[in-house]
Amino acid sequence: MNPLDYAVLLGTMLGIAAFAIWRTRGRHELRTYLKGAGNARWITIGLSVMATQASAITFLSTPGQGYESGLGFVQNYFGAPLALIIIAVVFLPIYRRLNVYTAYEYLGRRFDPKTRLFGAALFLLQRGLGAGITIYAPAIVLSTVMGWRLDLTIVCSGLLVIVYTVTGGSDAVSLTQKYQIGVIFAGMVTAFFVLLAKLPAGLTFTEALGVAGSFHKLEAVDFSFNMDRRYTFWSGVLGGMFLALSYFGTDQSQVQRYLTGASLRESRLGLMFNAVLKIPMQFFILLLGALLFVFYQFETPPVVFNQAVWAAHAQGETGDRLRAIEAGFAAAHAEERADLNAWLAARRAGDPAAAAQARTGMLAAQQRTAGWRTEAQQVLAAASGRTTTSDADYVFITFILDHLPHGVIGLLVAVFFAAALSSKSAELNALGSTTTVDLYRHVIRREATDAHYVAASKWFTALWGVVAIGFALCARLAENLIQAVNILGSIFYGVMLGLFLVAFFLRWVRGTAVFWAAAAAQVLVFVLYFSLGISYLWYNLIGCAACVGFSVILQAVLGDGRRPDAAQAA
Amino acid sequence: MKPPAKEPADPSPASRETAADARTGVPGLRTWRAVYLFVLGCFIVWVGLLTLLTRMFS
Repeated sequence: MNPLDYAVLLGTMLGIAAFAIWRTRGRHELRTYLKGAGNARWITIGLSVMATQASAITFLSTPGQGYESGLGFVQNYFGAPLALIIIAVVFLPIYRRLNVYTAYEYLGRRFDPKTRLFGAALFLLQRGLGAGITIYAPAIVLSTVMGWRLDLTIVCSGLLVIVYTVTGGSDAVSLTQKYQIGVIFAGMVTAFFVLLAKLPAGLTFTEALGVAGSFHKLEAVDFSFNMDRRYTFWSGVLGGMFLALSYFGTDQSQVQRYLTGASLRESRLGLMFNAVLKIPMQFFILLLGALLFVFYQFETPPVVFNQAVWAAHAQGETGDRLRAIEAGFAAAHAEERADLNAWLAARRAGDPAAAAQARTGMLAAQQRTAGWRTEAQQVLAAASGRTTTSDADYVFITFILDHLPHGVIGLLVAVFFAAALSSKSAELNALGSTTTVDLYRHVIRREATDAHYVAASKWFTALWGVVAIGFALCARLAENLIQAVNILGSIFYGVMLGLFLVAFFLRWVRGTAVFWAAAAAQVLVFVLYFSLGISYLWYNLIGCAACVGFSVILQAVLGDGRRPDAAQAA
Repeated sequence: MKPPAKEPADPSPASRETAADARTGVPGLRTWRAVYLFVLGCFIVWVGLLTLLTRMFS
């Protein structure tokens, strides 16, 4: 990065934060601090919901997923439109009618204080852990590639988000997210078109898709019923729907976003905005990754994209081994490229026999290059003595730094920071709100002034920010980063959703039954997660079904479940 | 003949919200049912296009 890139990066990040602090100064009432001024339009809500979900990991890691595994990950989002419709029809009107600050406040009104605390605790536990990941994930990749100090990257980005979230509350989060998502869209679209321009002259877009398809990178939908496959249409629609239902419907970081709406109509339209755009947005990011794969068929890629790790060991004891791997990889890649050019020539000439022969050759060569990459990663993992982040997380940032012009590099790095800050601020805002409303005001200090609760909320928000920074400084991740976040969510979200579904639909189930049912269901999910090897998306379904099923059984055993609670009957 | 008296307006926030929120404000999609069907239609179109992409380039 040169001074122009740094100017773009710092100008956008600090400018947006400073503007939000100035615009949202003087929030002294708890209501406006936690729920905003109550005048948000649907577009603000829609962009805010989108920005909360799309963290830096989405833009760093997802193109790498597209590069390595193709488009199949898009199925993960197939359940989102259905879930968002259910939330707009069922969840949202109840939250607005009861005028709650947090989703867990509703559990307290519907059941009892202990169930409210259980729901809030589940949220604080999983979102508190997740908050560390969302700040650590971009920091580890960017600091490795840029040569920045990891601890300084984590602390600086963490402090920036703490300052404007604490200062302006919910309105500051929504306002910054609107501009941050603008930066994100501008950067990603620019990267996409620069990538297209960098493809070899004469290669049409359809041919580029053909190349990606020939390497199985465009297999977006899999209708098979194989439970062991991580992403299928069915796991996406069912598991993905339960994941989206619990995330958008019960996670306070999202609930707080759409409760800022000026009316039910604005909040609903904001959710529908996401229901329409979520799948195409993820498809676009994955397609970017698949086209990066095409680009690197004509341009020799590094053996591993985490070049900092490679450089660190290339001069050491493993240097000779790594250089041998590099030579083998380069030879295999040259064969792959020659066969690919032959395949393209045969297709253009309308010679299917020659095309089939060339394709067989290029797939075999690709197997060899993949083999060299795997071997290199094994050597590096053994040499470093610890697990590292997935190499796929470095694909997009490597392309950006090696092939984009200055200024655009700064914009793309700003994209990652904008995404990190936007999701982080919503998380901190939600963690601070839940701690204040569901724990502090509900359990510790029931009677106090608004100013006192606003001050408490600011302190709790800052405290959670410090916890997230601390967690990020200690974190060590092994898997692909975006999957780590989704796996963590899937372990807790199913049970959380079960709590809310019982609250909404099983009016005769009471607090004691649902509380113990949820506790048992959470234990069951933990046990199954560590003993089964099924796709993590299924745990959303299992946790939810167990919570609902156990609640029904337990209520039948306990009896006295006929009277509906006041809040539900209202 | 006097015109029929208008219903007295309900001043509660909940009823005001219900009346205002029944209108979607989306051109061509006047009811929420139509909005939800539109979203479902978009979903089906996307799955269809992705399936087509999978078949065409596999």
